[in-house]
Amino acid sequence: MVLEFHDEGIYCPAGRFYIDPWKPVERALVTHGHADHSYPGHRHYLTSEAAAPVIRHRLGDIDLDSIPFGRTRDINGVTVSFHPAGHVPGSAQIRVEHGGEVWVVSGDYKTTSDGLSEPFEPVPCHAFITECTFGLPVFDWRPEEELAAQINEWWQANRHAGRMSAIGAYSLGKAQRVLTMIDPSIAPILTHGAVENTNQVMRAQGLRLPETIRVTPEVTAKTHPGALVIAPPSALAGNWTRRFGTLSTAFASGWMALRGVRRRRAADRGFVVSDHADWKGLNAAIAETGATRIFATHGYTTVFRQWLESQGYDAQIVQTEFGDDLIDEDDAEETAA
Amino acid sequence: MKRFSRLFITLDQTTKTSAKTVALAEYFRDAPDADRLWTIALLSGRRPKRTVNAARLSEWAAEVAGLPMWLFQSSYDVVGDLAETIHLVLPEPERTSDRSLSDWIADIRALSTQDEADRKAAVLDAWTRLGGTERFVFNKLITGGFRVGVSRKLMTRALAQATGIAEPELAHRLMGNWTPETTSYAALITAPDPDADLSRPYPFCLAHGVEGDPAVLGPPDDWLAEWKWDGIRGQLILRGGQHHLWSRGEELMTDRFPEFARVRDFLPDGTVIDGEVLAWDAASGQPMRFAALQTRIGRKTVPKKVLADAPAILRAYDLLEHDGTDIRARPFAERRARLEDVLRDLPPEAPVQPSPLIPFDGWDALGDIRATARDHAAEGLMLKRADSPYHVGRKRGDWWKWKLDPLSIDAVMVYAQAGHGRRANLYTDFTFAVWKGPDLVPFTKAYSGLTDEEFRKITHWVRRNTLERFGPVRRVPPHHVFEIGFEGIQKSTRHKSGVALRFPRMLRWRHDKTVDQANTHDDLLEMLDLYG
Repeated sequence: MVLEFHDEGIYCPAGRFYIDPWKPVERALVTHGHADHSYPGHRHYLTSEAAAPVIRHRLGDIDLDSIPFGRTRDINGVTVSFHPAGHVPGSAQIRVEHGGEVWVVSGDYKTTSDGLSEPFEPVPCHAFITECTFGLPVFDWRPEEELAAQINEWWQANRHAGRMSAIGAYSLGKAQRVLTMIDPSIAPILTHGAVENTNQVMRAQGLRLPETIRVTPEVTAKTHPGALVIAPPSALAGNWTRRFGTLSTAFASGWMALRGVRRRRAADRGFVVSDHADWKGLNAAIAETGATRIFATHGYTTVFRQWLESQGYDAQIVQTEFGDDLIDEDDAEETAA
Repeated sequence: MKRFSRLFITLDQTTKTSAKTVALAEYFRDAPDADRLWTIALLSGRRPKRTVNAARLSEWAAEVAGLPMWLFQSSYDVVGDLAETIHLVLPEPERTSDRSLSDWIADIRALSTQDEADRKAAVLDAWTRLGGTERFVFNKLITGGFRVGVSRKLMTRALAQATGIAEPELAHRLMGNWTPETTSYAALITAPDPDADLSRPYPFCLAHGVEGDPAVLGPPDDWLAEWKWDGIRGQLILRGGQHHLWSRGEELMTDRFPEFARVRDFLPDGTVIDGEVLAWDAASGQPMRFAALQTRIGRKTVPKKVLADAPAILRAYDLLEHDGTDIRARPFAERRARLEDVLRDLPPEAPVQPSPLIPFDGWDALGDIRATARDHAAEGLMLKRADSPYHVGRKRGDWWKWKLDPLSIDAVMVYAQAGHGRRANLYTDFTFAVWKGPDLVPFTKAYSGLTDEEFRKITHWVRRNTLERFGPVRRVPPHHVFEIGFEGIQKSTRHKSGVALRFPRMLRWRHDKTVDQANTHDDLLEMLDLYG
């Protein structure tokens, strides 16, 4: 086996490194900066060049090395390279080649372009370790323009009604994607500190984001009427939004496809904006790798494995420390679903 | 259906009742009569019956979507709603339709007389013509599960705003035996004929629970007390030489309780009584356990044996109509005196008796009386302000229920299942067990009583601690102890534990207890002995 599944995470015995390990290890290759992939405490980190600034921002002073997408590196006789996963800016799939056999770890991915993340690149391989957060046929995403129109219409209508709008979106990735979807000519865009900090990191690495205003105690509904606030989902639930008076709230997440979850979040709107592949996306991505061995992880693994098997793949489940479905809200936020 | 779907989206998208009322009132102002009548029907619980069974619908949807049945079923387990699952897996339709809500409902109702091939063709055709939310609404209607987070009260308020008719008057007009087939918008709402439906009940007056000390209600002399019986709240109507018996859920129960036919011999026309239907043990002069009454529910015809074993009477609480006049606005003390007058000379075998008022001397003394409720086969007390009118619905202030504290037992959670609707994807339905020697014996399920936050926490735990799966059900290790509250306990041969509980729910998550401190099966049997 090129890769094995250990209690610490995915392990390459020949190369003596781990991929996205959740327990401290000597050498970690990390797909992207989300908390359930990028843990503190490893001795050496290797990431894509584009993911490095955010990971440094989140994990502080770590020993982090990075390489550009597509360039290979030899680690103890094993060839590794990072390839765009399209999940968030900088997110990577990791290709591992040893003894003529190629394995790819997908990390989190989506196959459609969001205009900000480097577009997903299919990587031919023998074995593919794929996430399946939304691995059920009920998940079928709408095109980006349609989602953008929904959000802008809602914001515009609120502004006309004299209300502010607030959208809950994970501060790394989802928030910036929403920023590229919205029409900045409607009214000012305000950001929660957690979102704005990530914005700064991304702007510094050259990503183009519209102008935003960090929310400080002086920023209120009076100073910025009709504005749109972008904040982590947890901030919308607390007292933080009180300063804005009556406002219309929304969440941007793939889970909003389910009416039950939408109603439970008790927001006015739920926009089905996901940074993970939907059912069709997962199936297309897997087929494109040409792999015959598939390992399902992160998501509805039991059902998804059974489906892959019925499609003729040699399919197995890889357990992560999270169990196999991530729908409860805390996890959903963690993984920026 | 487009106009109705827009209304549905607006109602579904907001949690604010004011926004819902505005949207509904706007709809009631401009929708066609047939559609607003159906909307009133849907929002007052008059949903069309399910005309295609769920298994067929699932098969057809899986077939159209090109999915194996097991995958459709697994998806349904996650979504927690059949109509929504079907909506989500089907491909987007290429056509659209301008047919109205009432047109589609007519189609759905017509399915009941068609054979299966025609039904299937009709449903599949609808799926190709209804896009987005329209298809979801259609599926909700066809599965008989249409709900949209709008209470009947809210709907009535919106209708009052749209029509200018007072809300209590409208609430009354919406009661009774109508369906959109038997009436029209004008006949029901704008120009009703008071004699058109002699069976029409009054809206029931409901009570809130007393929180804490009843002394905060003021001088005890302002209040009248009576037992709160554990039966079926009912309204007995005598008009036009006929009698009608309604349940609180607005179900006409006249045929299920033939013993009430005799009241026409005893009571005058133009009488409406509010009371409790109870299975009555004449020998002891007390109501039987609710289990006895249960043998009478859900039957269309009543065999002689059942009738003899569990004869029903109405214990009368209140008089709403006297000599053909609506007296709901009169003070309760006066209505109560008139009720006793009407029932005064009834023979002892008459199936209607006044529910006695309980004289009491101060709140403390009444508390002592309440403590004896189980001895009277009652579930507690009702407190009613002597000068109060008979309100429409649940209004705070004049009527209070003061129930006994529930029975309770500490039990171990052994299975968890995800809920539906708003609770889809959240583990909210649990099976609980008590110890029998070294084994845990499951004895009840419960799914209410925890906060959203607690449900989230337990869901988190269930996901990480699943031992085994049976479809949507997960077996979990015995680890969490909950205090289970219930209103009654009875013997049951259908359950392995030998008991069945009435209204079981979770009172508390006992973080302070370990599993070995949970109660035992013997404890349950002892409760059965004491209270069963």
